[in-house]
Amino acid sequence: MYHTDIVIVGAGAVGTAIARELSKYEVKVLVVDKRDDVGGDASKSNSSIICSGFDCPPDTLESMLCLAQRSMIEQLVKELDIPFRVCGAIMPAVTKEQYDLLPGIYREAYRNHVYDVEYVSPKQILEMEPEVNPDVLGGLYIPRDAVIDPFLFVVAQAENAACNGVEFLLNCQVTGIGRGNGKIETVETTRGTIYTKYVINAAGLFCDDIAEMAGERDFVVKPRKGQFFILDKNTPCKISHIIYPIPTPETRGKLLLPTIHGNILLGPTAEDLDDKEDHSVTAQELEGVARDCRRLVPNIRVQDAVTQYCGLRPNRIPAGFHIGLSEQTKGYLGISGVRSTGISTSLGIAKYVVNMLQEAGANLPFKFDYVRTRKGIPCFREADMKTRMALQKENPLYGKVICRCETVTEAEILEAIHRPVGATTVDGIKRRVRAGMGRCQGGFCGPQVIEILARELHIPVEEVNKNLEGSYMVEGLLRGAGTGKGGR
Amino acid sequence: MEGIAAYMERPVSNTESGTEETEQKEVYDVVMIGAGPAGLAAAAAAKEEGAGRVLVIDRDSAGGGILQQCIHPGFGLTYYREELTGPEYAGRFLTKAADEQAEFLLNTMVLEINPAKRTLLCSSQEHGMMQIQAKAIVLAMGCRERTRANIRIPGTRPSGIYTAGAAQRLINRQNIMPGKKAVILGSGDIGMIMARRMTLEGAEVTAVVEIMDYLAGLTRNRVQCLDDFGIPLLLSHTVTKIVGNRRIEGVWVSQVDEKREPISGTERYYPCDTLLLSVGLIPENELSRTAGVETDPVTGGPVVDQHMQTSAEGIFACGNVVHVNDLADNVSLESERAGRAAARYAAGKLCRGLRERADGQIPCIAGENIRYICPQRIAAPAGDEDVSVYFRVSRPDRDVRIIARLNGEIIASRREMRVNPGEMLSLLLPGSRIAAGELTICVMKE
Amino acid sequence: MQEKRITCIVCPRGCEITVIGEGKEIHSIQGQQCRRGEDYAGEEFICPSRILTSTVLVHNEGRKILMPVRSNRPIPREQMRPCMEEIKKAQVQGEIHRYDVLIPNICQTGADMIAAADMDWM
Repeated sequence: MYHTDIVIVGAGAVGTAIARELSKYEVKVLVVDKRDDVGGDASKSNSSIICSGFDCPPDTLESMLCLAQRSMIEQLVKELDIPFRVCGAIMPAVTKEQYDLLPGIYREAYRNHVYDVEYVSPKQILEMEPEVNPDVLGGLYIPRDAVIDPFLFVVAQAENAACNGVEFLLNCQVTGIGRGNGKIETVETTRGTIYTKYVINAAGLFCDDIAEMAGERDFVVKPRKGQFFILDKNTPCKISHIIYPIPTPETRGKLLLPTIHGNILLGPTAEDLDDKEDHSVTAQELEGVARDCRRLVPNIRVQDAVTQYCGLRPNRIPAGFHIGLSEQTKGYLGISGVRSTGISTSLGIAKYVVNMLQEAGANLPFKFDYVRTRKGIPCFREADMKTRMALQKENPLYGKVICRCETVTEAEILEAIHRPVGATTVDGIKRRVRAGMGRCQGGFCGPQVIEILARELHIPVEEVNKNLEGSYMVEGLLRGAGTGKGGR
Repeated sequence: MEGIAAYMERPVSNTESGTEETEQKEVYDVVMIGAGPAGLAAAAAAKEEGAGRVLVIDRDSAGGGILQQCIHPGFGLTYYREELTGPEYAGRFLTKAADEQAEFLLNTMVLEINPAKRTLLCSSQEHGMMQIQAKAIVLAMGCRERTRANIRIPGTRPSGIYTAGAAQRLINRQNIMPGKKAVILGSGDIGMIMARRMTLEGAEVTAVVEIMDYLAGLTRNRVQCLDDFGIPLLLSHTVTKIVGNRRIEGVWVSQVDEKREPISGTERYYPCDTLLLSVGLIPENELSRTAGVETDPVTGGPVVDQHMQTSAEGIFACGNVVHVNDLADNVSLESERAGRAAARYAAGKLCRGLRERADGQIPCIAGENIRYICPQRIAAPAGDEDVSVYFRVSRPDRDVRIIARLNGEIIASRREMRVNPGEMLSLLLPGSRIAAGELTICVMKE
Repeated sequence: MQEKRITCIVCPRGCEITVIGEGKEIHSIQGQQCRRGEDYAGEEFICPSRILTSTVLVHNEGRKILMPVRSNRPIPREQMRPCMEEIKKAQVQGEIHRYDVLIPNICQTGADMIAAADMDWM
């Protein structure tokens, strides 16, 4: 049984940003998520872009919040030490039809108040990005579109929120919402009842289910699957900007970009589904990603993929951003329709939501001892010699490399586990410090990571999961099971 | 043998605990990167050839490399003319290297090679950052396994999917059983060996699935690992979909046509909690890249000459880092050549690198039904030294003759009853007949 | 009379050998290219046996070490599973060196399970 003031359902980008924003105030906040870790679904498996908002539907809440966030993001990534790079984007037109669409896109950017979008000539494009299709007829340059580590974006905010008193309950599924006298009273979960005054529904793909529990469902959410490729850091065909295709009425299309960690990302597809659990990648769709991306960058080597993955974007029907307090049930705040621009609007949404609570009379006194900064886990791979030696002097485990592809040390893995809202699973470690993210995909370090997790969490090896409950990594000890933990 | 433990633990004296880049470096004649079969054989041979200080560096806590987890027999048949397990085979070479007073630096990862200064930048828990100076360097990092991404298997991304080598490490070194019911994709040797290993440990292996119409690994492994236990081998089949959102629940398997495309209507579902991948090995050349050595696009490893010298002067390479071998015995023999040459180089007796010798080089060209040849180049004149060349065929064949021609003239040939891409072949070229020109190796029907 | 086709595994050549015989009587062996192949095919016809390899948990000075082990002679193929049961149960104390006997005369096969590695190196 838990008592709190505000329950946030969903620890994705939106839920976590709201948690961090609320942690600036004297109020009890509890974030619940049914997954094993923060980062949600769409929030961790996306194209990792912080968009300037140039291509949002103009005059919408989405457009406004995108613009608002772009003004805050550079400060946030400094405060919370999040990998972020303003690489800019190019939108090349390679056919006459596409070329004719450029003025419309340019005007739309203007209507979205993104005034720095400019036309660029084929020569300029090829100077900026020599690997672009030489048949390019012209295009647009969007200078402030940026790439981020979308997972660390969430983790950093979660850690910071936790340091400021927010609690996180993971592996915790909401099963019901208790109402009485026209207001929220409880949230029922698989980990017990939570007594609360407010519920903020930031459940993304499942926000319609949560809305239903609160009697607030007037929409449905369908998953829109996006499949991606990540290429090896050593692939010979390199790009340094985000390369957007010209959007069609149906989809924004498949883009290419240099990730914050030096890989190349291709994708996503846009497949409308019914099954919210369908996380499968398909040969046909991935072939489509390769084909479409080769039109923009002909020499891209899809055979250098180190991994493929997919994310499910929550596609609201009817479409559009909806953020609002319930009129029937006091204390319920619903967020829905956040789809492709989730990580680009989450900070804006957080401000908007807190303002909405304050205007509705919520008592939110500012917290004077609020800690606004957080340091990332020092990264051995990127450190210079002096820093490496200093790190090792402090902690000799900074000398012990566990993941050889990404040069991740045991010290980093231990810190990922022991931080607030720390990693409890193999994927949790992979996403925080990149162990297993490289070309061998955990072939070498995976077995060691399992043992480290078991040792640090004081659990038998068979209880170490890849991610969700039930995704156990191994069957158990082979010899001497029952005579103690750990074989060696 | 008693002295070995002492050698294994001999610490390399650390540099002053200053914060500057180390001025003081340990200096060695020959440094091997990797203490697997390649590094150990090269170290012992370098010592025998008269090298002074010889160091073997490895990231593992023990020497032997991958052999430590290869507990199955089948090693040493050609080198020792007896059948040994991996740990025994490694043990003999460890003894040999230690008896020759080679030094070991374990639990240490080499991060970078500076080819101009011939220095190595290393990191370890015990010594922190370290610089090591070498007169000659031998790359012996071995290889890694191809992953699911390399072969793009569609479906979900649950737990329970391991490369065969990772599963082997879990079972044989970490005392951990990965699962109870397995399907194995790929008929590589490690995959078949793991089929037997898991079966003996009580797991059920329902199928070994191979996309090609022939076995990827050695016949002996099919006989002893699959046939002995009645494990079905499905040639011309592949996994078309992985099922399960948390732990893997099963795989769909289809027959494939000549173009290796799944044939619709042949799909069959195999429930399993484990999928092992044995779909090929790739030389591990991250460090070679930092050293700037030229690589062969076919083998994925450095281009070498008959002394196993790479395009970077004083940097040698041997074993699976050069090209993936099927027998450790071949690795040992090749690595001894590398070790001897490195020792000679360190002593100033073999002075020119591949790049500088462009005029005196004989390119080895893969002819009919030859996939690649190692060495890729022969430095001429070879003098009295005969030159062993190793190669693989592109496709299986029977009753053939393998022919080596120098400028069109046959200088060596051998009959083979059967050739298979999974089994490496070799020819000994008489040194007296090697002269400037072009060497071609081909497979001809008898 | 029984005819058995045997793939020779003595060397990587993998000769296909045909053995004709009955019970422990061998009438003819054909297809081999060497003497070792002939011996192998004969044994394989009469009583196929294999070197068995596995691991045994060794306890020494508070450390648990997974020791690779092998049979010091081939074990009849049908005895492999019972042998595995014994190996799984075995736990050994003390410092172990290469070729130390860990399970003598396993399942009365006449073969000992011996250590394949030296504890000092692990």
